[in-house]
Amino acid sequence: MKPINAAVVDLKQLDLLADGDSSIHTLDSRAKVLVTLVFIVSVVSFDRYEIIRLLPFFVYPAVIIVLASLPPLYIARKIALVSPFIIMVGLFNPLFDRDVLYQIGQVEISGGWTSLFSLLTRSLLTVSAAFILVGTTGFTAVCQALQRLGTPQIFTVQLLFLHRYILVLADETDRASRARELRSCGKKGLGVTSFGSLTGHLLLRTWLQADRIHTAMLARGFTGRFHVSRQSCFGANELLYLLGWSLLFISLRTATLSDTIGALFS
Amino acid sequence: MSHHIVEARNLQHIYPDGTIAIKDVSFRITHGESVAIIGANGAGKSTLLQHLNGCLYPTSGQIRIGDTLLTKSTLPDIRRTVGMVFQYPDDQLFMPTVFEDVAFGPLNQGLSGSDLEERVTEALTRVGAEHLRIKPPYHLSGGEKKRVAIATVLAMSPDILVMDEPTSGLDPFSRRQLMALLLEFKHTKIFTSHDLDMVLDLCQRTIILHNGMIMADGPTDEIFKNDTLLAACRLEKPLSMQGCPLCSADCATKPGN
Repeated sequence: MKPINAAVVDLKQLDLLADGDSSIHTLDSRAKVLVTLVFIVSVVSFDRYEIIRLLPFFVYPAVIIVLASLPPLYIARKIALVSPFIIMVGLFNPLFDRDVLYQIGQVEISGGWTSLFSLLTRSLLTVSAAFILVGTTGFTAVCQALQRLGTPQIFTVQLLFLHRYILVLADETDRASRARELRSCGKKGLGVTSFGSLTGHLLLRTWLQADRIHTAMLARGFTGRFHVSRQSCFGANELLYLLGWSLLFISLRTATLSDTIGALFS
Repeated sequence: MSHHIVEARNLQHIYPDGTIAIKDVSFRITHGESVAIIGANGAGKSTLLQHLNGCLYPTSGQIRIGDTLLTKSTLPDIRRTVGMVFQYPDDQLFMPTVFEDVAFGPLNQGLSGSDLEERVTEALTRVGAEHLRIKPPYHLSGGEKKRVAIATVLAMSPDILVMDEPTSGLDPFSRRQLMALLLEFKHTKIFTSHDLDMVLDLCQRTIILHNGMIMADGPTDEIFKNDTLLAACRLEKPLSMQGCPLCSADCATKPGN
């Protein structure tokens, strides 16, 4: 089944992007994790009807994509994959919240539609920030940074294994569904009954495969501690990066900067 | 005192479902030996191999690597000494790039910077895979994956190399290349394989396992000459010792024969 296989290769591609050597890639992973956290908290803390004041936040993903030479289309495709889930979450807002918030000429915009668009904007921002973080840092380094920032090891190791398990599961699902498809002669096979058995087998197979991979990791000295080949320390560049972005996000959140920009144009 | 010695004493392993995979297995493999462990499917080869670096613990009996008894406390040392190459490289290669995969073991050993770079480059060069360093493992061919899997283990500088079915799934050319590579290694080597021609070429000593027990342990060429023993253990002579069926048929039909 091509879509599953393509999705797996696509997901692995994200980790490969982290091998770059741009000024963003070489920064200590803790600085990038902290900036992403400040960014996400700033964005999600806005009022549910806020849209306009969220727009300046797009400067962050745009600048990092350019500086880190990340492929913008690839990132856009990743975000597009997530958007149906976001739309599902906010789908009923326009039905339940019909109070008119804005009137543009004859067109009345209800609170429901405004909150749906606000949700979409916030999701675009936060999801792109997460992809950019992994694309410039790598998943293992993100886990390592979380651990160095004080997250208990048990959580970070679980996170790392979950990431690996998703890849193993997707690989196995790809193989199993291809085998099923080839013997279904273009029909539905045995329908839901075959899917029940398929899912059970998948669980057992991925369990065993994950166990073998874990054994291979143990055989090569894995003790639950993270090691990444790129060595970095939290220096002046990291401090500048963290303070610069954090100040900008907090200013945008507390509206002082957007007010200033607004005042310039008025 | 040598770390290159592997000794099993009265080893027994019973799986949780009650299957007795190996029983009363004892052997001693000394420095620089190249030993094959062969047997039919289900004979207990892979189970035995997994005991050699503590992936499985024996139900009873002992494993010694050099003078060190395999226990939970000695496991890190033993895993550094015994490098294990798994049958399926996909189980062994899990990092985003070949370089990171080969660096995984040395990083766990505490290497970093130029030492790490040197160790990874040396291991990749040794298996002829230096040009693959930036590639993701899932884009490699079967032969390349096998080479990189060996490099991941060599990068940890093991004294003993344990390989489960090293030539399985390889095309004839890749198989020859891999065999030539393995011949160069001066490590103590332990293989399991159904490729008995490879065993004949690479291993001076062979251990036959049958139903979890050692049926024979001795020089490879002597064991492969024993038709009765091979038949009893559901094995056949290597193809190179069987003679060409076409030539034999030719000889048989020639007048005067």
